[in-house]
Amino acid sequence: MSSELAIRLRGAVKRYGRITAVDGLDLDVPVGTCVGLLGPNGAGKSTTMRLLTAQAIPDDGELEVLGFRLPEDSKAARAECGVVPQLDNLDVTLTVEQNLLVFAHLYRIPRPERREAIERSLTMAKLADRRGDKVDKLSGGMRRRLLIARALVHRPRLVLLDEPTVGLDPQVRQELWALIDALRSEGTTILMSTHYIEEAQRLADTVLIMSHGKAVATGPPAELVVEHAGREVLEVYGAPPRLAEVQAEAAAAGLRTRRTGTSISILGVDGNGYPVEGERRPANLEDVFVLLTGEEIE
Amino acid sequence: MAARTETVRLGRLERTAITGVLVREVVNFSSYWRSSTFSSTVEPTIYLLAFGFGFGSLVSRVGGFPYVEFVATGTVATAVLFSSAFPGMFGTFVKYKFQRTYDAILAAPVDTEELVSAEAVWIATRAGVYGCVPMLVAIAFGLDPSWGMLLVPFIGWLSGFGWANFGIMIAGFASSFENFNYIVSAVLTPLFLTAGTFFPLSQLPRWAQILGELNPLHQCVQLVRDVVFGLYGWDDLLRVGALVAFGLVMWRIAIHAMERKLID
Repeated sequence: MSSELAIRLRGAVKRYGRITAVDGLDLDVPVGTCVGLLGPNGAGKSTTMRLLTAQAIPDDGELEVLGFRLPEDSKAARAECGVVPQLDNLDVTLTVEQNLLVFAHLYRIPRPERREAIERSLTMAKLADRRGDKVDKLSGGMRRRLLIARALVHRPRLVLLDEPTVGLDPQVRQELWALIDALRSEGTTILMSTHYIEEAQRLADTVLIMSHGKAVATGPPAELVVEHAGREVLEVYGAPPRLAEVQAEAAAAGLRTRRTGTSISILGVDGNGYPVEGERRPANLEDVFVLLTGEEIE
Repeated sequence: MAARTETVRLGRLERTAITGVLVREVVNFSSYWRSSTFSSTVEPTIYLLAFGFGFGSLVSRVGGFPYVEFVATGTVATAVLFSSAFPGMFGTFVKYKFQRTYDAILAAPVDTEELVSAEAVWIATRAGVYGCVPMLVAIAFGLDPSWGMLLVPFIGWLSGFGWANFGIMIAGFASSFENFNYIVSAVLTPLFLTAGTFFPLSQLPRWAQILGELNPLHQCVQLVRDVVFGLYGWDDLLRVGALVAFGLVMWRIAIHAMERKLID
């Protein structure tokens, strides 16, 4: 048992027919950290999440969660995990409090502690004054907060968040980020999948960039940026023929580029030497992402 | 926080896991018990009244009983079937496909085996209770109460457990709601009409009687009649055995079907 790792995957493979959703994935989530699985839709993030709760059985590889081997000892691992699914699966005809009560039972909280656990979750999700409301009367942001509260009712050691803010307004997203950040600062270990770069950059200590079921890079966001995209990026705007020209010149100078609709980004132009007019900006995780996966994301 | 037992592998069919799923059902039931009770009791009661009094005016006695009482005891099985096979099929499918409830439950320390078992136990319990309704209606219309009637909820439970698992199994194999039409038309309706609810199977040709004995609904009808009218015999033990076997087989197949559906 690897005591410092909350999650340890080695060569995890999951196939669906001829599609290999997870293709030899290695993943380490050290205790007390937040790891972000960043990848476009279809990269295998959700399948990875399902492997971790044994709702998908791997075709190959070693999987350990909280020291328990998967899939055979998954139930013991699940007892100490909280899972926030991508798709809302709350009981909509029940009240906020009843939803938490049900999960307090499913997560085996002993009777004397149940009341307190539900209150703590309600407070944490700022839903104490909505406790008696049916879920179908809540806003999208509140439902998502309840979904998170439900996953935390038993104080799990590890929380799995699958696209926690997908489809939410920017303001609601900020709220949820604050919630996740609070959780992180309390020392809860988090694995979060996302296809929002900003989300990964803000919340994750370590980012693992996933593409076609594989890890293409892993490390702290800032280090990944420096390593793969350099410090500065030159953004050149112009008509398509001009952009093609600029791209060719950069390639000739040994620099990497990416097309971003109306502009060309030339990566790794650190210092002042590059002789093209344009806007300089710091390199970011999106540059790394596009460079490594070849895919644009929103 | 309570001490955690890190090294213990959790067993199969744990009581805490089953209780957790049952709690969810009971809490949910508080929000829909009216409609569920209505549909599970009104329909068999209408059968009872329509057949019992409709045919009852033409045929006064069947198999040695007043026709109304013959039908009343028979429709107990109908009520059990309606309140177990249908929730098994439709309820399971909705929870799996549309509400994604099972995804949430299986992310908790609950296995498919425990989930299916708890759902079947819950549906069977409801079926055992709803199954008594036609009998109670018949008492209101003059059926004499008997001690044997106290066994009816248990017969309903046992029978309902099998049919609940049958429904869950069908939901596990079905890819869409439309698939249920085939099951209702080709399986449930024929079994329901040849269970001996409305006419005794003894009037049928020999081969049809033998086939009838293979119908679990017929076993339920006969058991209910025997305990209500106090006609216990050794063959009733065989009937209980048949229902137990039906329940066990359906239970295992339902678990298998749902594992295929829920675990990739």
